Amino acid sequence: MLGRPFFWIITLVIAAFALTPAIGNDVEMREGLALACVYITLASNLNLMLGYAGYVNFGSIVFFGLGGYICVWLVNAYSWPLAASLLAAGIGVSALALFFGFGILRLRGPFFALSTIGVNEGVQAFVQNFEPWGGSSGIYLSSAVFQPLGGAARALWVIYFMLVAVMGLSLYLSYGIKTSKFGLGLLAIGQNEDAAAVLGVPTPRYKALVYSASAFLPAITGGLYFFKSAFIQPADAFDLSLSTEAIVIAMLGGQGTVTGVAFGAYLYEELRGYLLTSEMFSHFQLVISGALLLVIVLFFPSGLMGWIYSRFPRTRRVFE
Amino acid sequence: MLGILASIIDGVLVGLVYGLAAMGLTLIWGVMDVINLTHGAMIVAGMFALYLLTSALGLPPYLALPPVLIGGFLVGVALYWLAVHRMIGRPPLMSLLSTFAVNLVLIGIGTGIWGTVLFNVAVSVPGVSIGRYTFPGAHILAAVLAAVIAASLYLFLHRTRLGKALRAVANNREAAELVGIPTTRLLAIAFGCGVALAGVSGTLIGTLFPFTVLSGDAYQLKSFVVTVLGGFGNPVGALIGGVALGLLEGLVTPFVPVSWTLVIEFVLFVLVLIAFPGGVFTSRPSFRGLMRGFRRGAG
Repeated sequence: MLGRPFFWIITLVIAAFALTPAIGNDVEMREGLALACVYITLASNLNLMLGYAGYVNFGSIVFFGLGGYICVWLVNAYSWPLAASLLAAGIGVSALALFFGFGILRLRGPFFALSTIGVNEGVQAFVQNFEPWGGSSGIYLSSAVFQPLGGAARALWVIYFMLVAVMGLSLYLSYGIKTSKFGLGLLAIGQNEDAAAVLGVPTPRYKALVYSASAFLPAITGGLYFFKSAFIQPADAFDLSLSTEAIVIAMLGGQGTVTGVAFGAYLYEELRGYLLTSEMFSHFQLVISGALLLVIVLFFPSGLMGWIYSRFPRTRRVFE
Repeated sequence: MLGILASIIDGVLVGLVYGLAAMGLTLIWGVMDVINLTHGAMIVAGMFALYLLTSALGLPPYLALPPVLIGGFLVGVALYWLAVHRMIGRPPLMSLLSTFAVNLVLIGIGTGIWGTVLFNVAVSVPGVSIGRYTFPGAHILAAVLAAVIAASLYLFLHRTRLGKALRAVANNREAAELVGIPTTRLLAIAFGCGVALAGVSGTLIGTLFPFTVLSGDAYQLKSFVVTVLGGFGNPVGALIGGVALGLLEGLVTPFVPVSWTLVIEFVLFVLVLIAFPGGVFTSRPSFRGLMRGFRRGAG
């Protein structure tokens, strides 16, 4: 893997993300890039399901929100250090996804997609009724939790670097899975599940594994995101528009590619920042995401990367 | 005891309306193998058409049904050409995404105009009293109307030339094309009918319960549960599935907080899909069928 140029391209991107705002101590740029990191992490991990295995997951936000809840709750109620809480969030949500995965991944194609909507509803109902997590009013963190990280101002930088690290891990994970035997099996499932099963791909196990793998890093990002805002409530944690945006991003960049999805996320974040500043568009964010998705699905189903691949075939060798 | 019985009867009344909503979904699925994720938005559109027609034009609530039926059909045909036609024959993922995208646009516009506040349409129909319990007249009337519309759909599908052609397309599109049926036009008509059914069921639900722009998701999920209970692509099964779901809701509501109802229904959805992929009320459930279902699901 170290000998491949793409590995070093990813490393360069991570370094650029980490260093650019740090050099000028540019807080505004940091916040923009932090959001881009969240988008890239969510979209890359969704892409493991959507792009590789061909399974659309409408409830990917569950991982993000649940991870956020577990992390904030451990920090708040048991004063766990941040790193341990994040790890617990990642492992907990991944294990839960594996458990769900063996249940719902027996369903195939569109039925699986429908049941992911149900997972979202189910988890939300659970969280709203679960008293230790504050029900529908949520959990607030006191500012004292930032002390171990060296005060609020420094903590924000630490959290930013962690977000970048998680984003980098997502890219390595996407790339690693794509070039592995596991990834080959997933791509085969995406092409034709029956044929893959006949050729000896253990389809239910692979699907459950990738569902679980795609939960780990979003859960950690969720933990960081809500630790940073020091506040979590069900409406924010399970905001459907974020999982929708992840789908739009994955389709925009080109499902099944690593570069495309990351680039699509960055592009979408820039576009969104631009639209949010205009009064009219900020009310119609869902409309714009929806219209964009419709145009992509109807006319450019292979996304940005698909266009680049067909225009410059040599890029196929370098950019996965 | 009598309280539970009353709750069950009311559940069945409401369940007939759920069945009508699911018929729209299952009709589209049966004819063109497309899962229509705009279903929830169309149910909400029916609710808001009811609200606008009664509050702005002062129409009595039940007179809103014919315009919703016609309008829903036209919207459905337009939607077919916009979002679904290019997806026919492509992987199911694509039609899911395209209808999901349209759903986002519609919900986005709806929240932009009305926000997410609760709307309520007052319907005054005298109820029927049995002993200490009064069944709301609106529930009874909605159930009767749902049954009438469902019966006319059945007659349309089985007695008219157009309906027979629709069933032929659902059965085998190539063969239908060979005997001279204009299949593309029929797919558009089927989509129109499906959306019209979603719309009228939304109107009927609007006479029963208060609603918001975001209510569609819950009713869409209920429609999916009903559809898998009744068997995909089987309109009559959908009505029975609706009654079954209503029965379940009637049984469950006295004991469980409201926010858990959807979760229970969703668990039911997954279990039914795994155990009876062909629907509960279509195939004769047997042990062997159950095991086959488990194996097929796992494959």
